[in-house]
Amino acid sequence: MTRVLEVNGIRKHFGGVKAVDGVSFHVDEGEILGLIGPNGCGKSTLFNCILGQLSPDDGEVRLDGKAITGLYPSQLNRLGVSRTFQLLQVFPNLSVRENLILAGQEHKGTMLKRLFGPRDAGLTPDADRMIAFFKLEHLAEQKAGGLSYGQQKLLDAAMAFMAGPRLVLLDEPAGGVNLTMLANLKERLQAINRELGATFVVIEHNMEFVMSLCSRVVVMAEGKVLAQGSPAAVRADPAVVEAYLGH
Amino acid sequence: MTRKLNPTLLIVLLAFPILWFAPAGLKSYGLYVVALWLVMSIAAMGLNLTLGYAGLTSLAQGAFLGIGAYATAILTVKAGWSLPASFLVSTGLSFAVGIVLGFPALRVKHHYLAFVTLAFSVVVFLVARNEEWLTGGVFGLANIPRPVLFGIDLGGGLAFYRFVLCVTLVLTLVMWWLLHSPWGRAFLAIRENALRAASLGIDIRAYTLLAFAIGSAFGGAAGSLYAPLVEFIDPAPFALSASFVLLLTVVAGGAGSFFGPFVGAFFSYMLPELLRATGGWYLIIYAAVVLVLVMVSPTGLLGLIDRWRDHRSQRRAATIRAAARPTLGARQGPQQGSAS
Amino acid sequence: MELPRPRPRRILGQPLTLPMLRMGPFPLPGREREKNIRNADMDQFLQLIVAGLATGAIYALAAIGFTLVWQTSQTINFAQGEFVMLPAILVLAASHVGLPMWLAFVVGTVGFVLLFGFGFKRFLVEPMQRHGVLPLAIATMALSVLIKEAAKNGFSAEAQQFPSLVPEGTLSMLGAAVSVRDLAIFVVAVAAILGLQAFITHTRTGRTMQATAQNPTVARILGVPVQRMILLTFLINAALALVASYLISPVYLAKFSNGEHIGLAAFIAAIVGGFNQIRGALAGGFLIGLIDNLAAAYVSSAYRTAVPLVVLVVVILVKPEGLLGRKEERTV
Repeated sequence: MTRVLEVNGIRKHFGGVKAVDGVSFHVDEGEILGLIGPNGCGKSTLFNCILGQLSPDDGEVRLDGKAITGLYPSQLNRLGVSRTFQLLQVFPNLSVRENLILAGQEHKGTMLKRLFGPRDAGLTPDADRMIAFFKLEHLAEQKAGGLSYGQQKLLDAAMAFMAGPRLVLLDEPAGGVNLTMLANLKERLQAINRELGATFVVIEHNMEFVMSLCSRVVVMAEGKVLAQGSPAAVRADPAVVEAYLGH
Repeated sequence: MTRKLNPTLLIVLLAFPILWFAPAGLKSYGLYVVALWLVMSIAAMGLNLTLGYAGLTSLAQGAFLGIGAYATAILTVKAGWSLPASFLVSTGLSFAVGIVLGFPALRVKHHYLAFVTLAFSVVVFLVARNEEWLTGGVFGLANIPRPVLFGIDLGGGLAFYRFVLCVTLVLTLVMWWLLHSPWGRAFLAIRENALRAASLGIDIRAYTLLAFAIGSAFGGAAGSLYAPLVEFIDPAPFALSASFVLLLTVVAGGAGSFFGPFVGAFFSYMLPELLRATGGWYLIIYAAVVLVLVMVSPTGLLGLIDRWRDHRSQRRAATIRAAARPTLGARQGPQQGSAS
Repeated sequence: MELPRPRPRRILGQPLTLPMLRMGPFPLPGREREKNIRNADMDQFLQLIVAGLATGAIYALAAIGFTLVWQTSQTINFAQGEFVMLPAILVLAASHVGLPMWLAFVVGTVGFVLLFGFGFKRFLVEPMQRHGVLPLAIATMALSVLIKEAAKNGFSAEAQQFPSLVPEGTLSMLGAAVSVRDLAIFVVAVAAILGLQAFITHTRTGRTMQATAQNPTVARILGVPVQRMILLTFLINAALALVASYLISPVYLAKFSNGEHIGLAAFIAAIVGGFNQIRGALAGGFLIGLIDNLAAAYVSSAYRTAVPLVVLVVVILVKPEGLLGRKEERTV
């Protein structure tokens, strides 16, 4: 199986605080990997190191075997690493379709070609396919700011898949979403994984969501990897139970 | 995409014939004022791109106006070039200088950027004032020619005004087209949420630099028209105050709205002429009006109209929503993510 | 008594721009003594230093007020220079109406603090704060034009003499003749700054104000009456501007356009020193004052206005948080 992402010995300290202390894991092609851990365990810092928001003090990140450590977020995106944020990050003044076109346009040709090319960068069909996939057809022309929270969350996820990414990192996709919408989101994520063979990493607090969505789970605590394996194995691991319930 | 003619374009195309014929009865001073309004609208359009669409606070637009005006004056008066060639070179020069000055924009933002560009404005002014061999110093450069183009003599007030109007039309269409290209979408994305924009592959540095340089090029283009319009230039109109007034112009018109620069320039460059009868008090009235305007509507004059329109459409939407209850799940509060 | 007259400048036909912040030669304290500084000896260098410290003290007063107001309320006050220009004009205007000089001082002082300490905060900054930094900055730009033009049209376009509280004359210091007035400016300004510092570190209100300045959000959560603390910084700003105005006007003469140079110098001082630090503004003020005076003497007179600006740009690019500043926290 191809390894899409490899993280080797990432270390990030803030002053004396070892936020991430030598974390290694990998993601295989077509896999949904869950990354969980109690508050302050360093998940978000790790995410930011992988995504170029922070530069790690030590260690390296590889995408399809090529080192990508220290690249800018925009460069990573163009290499096929896509992400969503913990907080909603759609563009409220653009329509749903425009949001999706925006998410795909930088992957189409050079800057100059885009300037003199069509206004939608030829992405309207792709955007409409994505809109249909996430069942947002009736909202395509609406401004994203006018959508309900759950709909915006779907749009946010759709934007992450717009450019046909190699790897998608989802930061708390279930945060603040009601149960109906959550089931809808999970079902869409599984479908996209099945139909497009997309690979993702999901950071989540919602254990149920992770356990039912992911094929493999990495558990972090105090900046280190505590355990990894199938959801069932991880759930049975005494160290994990200790980390979650011990204090 | 709808085949309907875009309302913005429709306004541009309707305004053109009106502006073509309306000022025909004006005397040369009146024509000068209307032409000046157009020229300053071009400069403000450039700054509107930099400030309103790309979100960069620049206090250098007056300096770019000066660079364009001096380049054109020097090329036409001293080197004997034609106006179209000088226009292209002036615009290109402003673009190039904009790229160079744009680099600080990549390191600093907001008030710091304002001060870097402020320093640049002062240096440009000092060069214009001190380098007498090139710029004529405080005595300026006189007798800037108005050309004959395609057999039409642009020497007269009305002919030159119409020439300025045509250039304004072209540049307005260029701006419209730019803002509706993928680049325009990227500029907007960077202004609204740079972090998210970067995560979608948008190269913040490249676009920021380009927004700044294109905005500066519009400033240079405006300067290139300004020089033959007034036929004499000296450093005074390109002092720091010019950059401040251009910034006020863009904000007063409505930063980030397409016609904001035209409304703002009317306000900043025509209103003072109308108030000239009040003697020395016109600046006081102007400043007071700007102050009140910014306090009442920080999004500018056009923002005021937008607000009124939003208000109406919200009421309409509320009626529709009330009629079609309840279909969607509980609508949650704005973006309350849990901390990690 | 010989007073440095502002050199008459040619203002060529300039129909449609506001004459705001136009760069021009500006008489600084001690300028008339520096004409032939190119063959300067140690005496003249010392004179330059004292003059630079005096100018710097004025800049520091303006820069500290600027910084305080920025810290507590995110106001970039583009009218700061006009705040230093105006009190002297108010005093002169009051005395022209026929008030005795002491009463004119009282009227000018009280009127200024009410209008530009309390009124500025209550009627301009407070309603606009929620709109963010830029609209407020634009409003202060408009205010600066308004103040300046009102002073010009309502009072006088000419430079007016302002009564000096300190006698003319020179003092021998290390063998060099040093202007008493420069020394007095320095001493009074530094005393005012030390007084402010003592207030901030030794009184409860002062410490609360400092805490508010450093982090208004946390202060609000801790139950500090933030609006009252903000008002306090605006009153202090007005008071510092008053002191600067009364110190500088006998030297510069009172003129509507005086704020242009002082305002710019105060911005530069505040940023060079560190936008978020009072001691930064203090150091920045002295630095810019010295650079101003030394550049006038040793650098091409045509480009000396550019020297502090070059220093500014270098600092912004190399150490954007300022020489003494802290990095402002960035969230990822």
